[in-house]
Amino acid sequence: MKFRTLGRHVKEGTKNLGRNGWMTFASISAVTVMLFVVGAFLLLILNANSFADSVEDDVEIRAYIELTATPEQQEELKEEIEATANVEGVTFLSKDEGLDQLIDSLNDAGGAFESIREENPLNDAFVVRATSPQLTESVASEVEELPYVESVNYGQGFVERLFAFTELARTIGIILIVGMMFTAMFLIANTIKITIIARKREIQIMKLVGATNGFIRWPFFVEGMLLGIVGSLIPILALGFGYSYLYSRFGQQFETLFFSLLPPFPYLWQIAALLIGIGAFIGVWGSVMSVRKFLKV
Amino acid sequence: MLIEMKDVWKMYPNNVHAINGINIKIEKGEFVYVVGPSGAGKSTFIKMMYREERPTKGDILIDETNLSKIKERHIPLLRRRIGVVFQDFKLLSSLTVYENVAFALEVIEENPAVIKRKVMDVLDIVRLKNKARALPDELSGGEQQRVAIARAIVNRPDVMIADEPTGNLDPDTAWEIMDILEDINQRGTTVVMATHNKDIVNTLKRRVIAIESGRVVRDQARGDYGYEI
Repeated sequence: MKFRTLGRHVKEGTKNLGRNGWMTFASISAVTVMLFVVGAFLLLILNANSFADSVEDDVEIRAYIELTATPEQQEELKEEIEATANVEGVTFLSKDEGLDQLIDSLNDAGGAFESIREENPLNDAFVVRATSPQLTESVASEVEELPYVESVNYGQGFVERLFAFTELARTIGIILIVGMMFTAMFLIANTIKITIIARKREIQIMKLVGATNGFIRWPFFVEGMLLGIVGSLIPILALGFGYSYLYSRFGQQFETLFFSLLPPFPYLWQIAALLIGIGAFIGVWGSVMSVRKFLKV
Repeated sequence: MLIEMKDVWKMYPNNVHAINGINIKIEKGEFVYVVGPSGAGKSTFIKMMYREERPTKGDILIDETNLSKIKERHIPLLRRRIGVVFQDFKLLSSLTVYENVAFALEVIEENPAVIKRKVMDVLDIVRLKNKARALPDELSGGEQQRVAIARAIVNRPDVMIADEPTGNLDPDTAWEIMDILEDINQRGTTVVMATHNKDIVNTLKRRVIAIESGRVVRDQARGDYGYEI
């Protein structure tokens, strides 16, 4: 296609947006709402995933050793743990080190435990890492059966709940997004249908004087694409500023809860690109749907 | 030979038999009237020539192109070789006379410099050079039809198809249009014109093809209208 022709198509497509203002407004609004939800869910899922990843990395089993076990017995236990299937590594954690970690993890409140250092109630323990986080549970139950093990602890239930939440957010997000995508596409298709009906005469004349179908279609593709892209700008700005604000305000505050928000960049650029892409795609798809039906002249 | 129909039949989906076995040949440079009562199949006959309708059976040849077998994507190229004019002009009311004619060249991606020259040339032929900037609504019916004719011939088609071009015009204006169609025919373009205008057919004697019930019932060189209305 000649560059001049492309210029003509863009001009015509843009003009079409103004010709049926209300439908244009409705389509853009639908795209805006849809992409806002898509973007918000993406940010939520990204954060939940990164949280889950960081938790996964921290998943370890503590096998507390019976107080009565002798050093020989402890050594024997270590060998047995190492021999267990799917165990990646075993390290010894003395009760003093255990207390240090506890005090550290509680920040300011930890100081209260300094006083019990003399009569440390903790057991010595082996810290066991499974070859993969998903195998933690089965490894833990095997280790628990071994002699001289008093109890095991690996944050039972928490990891599973987190995975379940991430999965649920993803499912709800996808259902919502798909539903809204179809609504937006339907509205865009309708808007373009109205343009086509309004320009039926013009199209008929174009066909009579020998315009190709491709030539006739182009302005409608441009129109659809513009509807999608313009509709994506508002959610991109809203999410960009909103998330940046949220991050600067609360980003670090959750850190004591082992949770921190992902930094806004580069994620916002990726989401912006994705939203523009989705917007343009459903715009073009919507126009293809209505143009195909109407150009069979 | 330029246009040839070989045993052409056309049935519409609701089982209406519009054309029932037509065989004709129209030579290059001919001027042909197509006459017949309303609903006799004239419109279908005309529409098949520029491939708005596809025959159900039979072959329609325009030069080497077989319209029964032409691929969808080649139809635009066919249409560029055929100029079509209608009773209702089919002009775009938001565009000026110049723009209406130029439109036909813009949509086939003609070069702007060429467009300007060609449009002014045809506006000269239809004697509307001085109205180039006017909008269709500011023109008389005859002038509007002349704009439509200019648009139809701006691409230098081999064939000009006119479906009742004088149907909406008073007798004097109708003759103006006929002058222009004659002029175009003199320049070598084949003209096929469906008409109800008895006066014109009987005065400006040319070949007459009469269609009734989808069949050619009469084909006379320098014929007459032959109906009473």
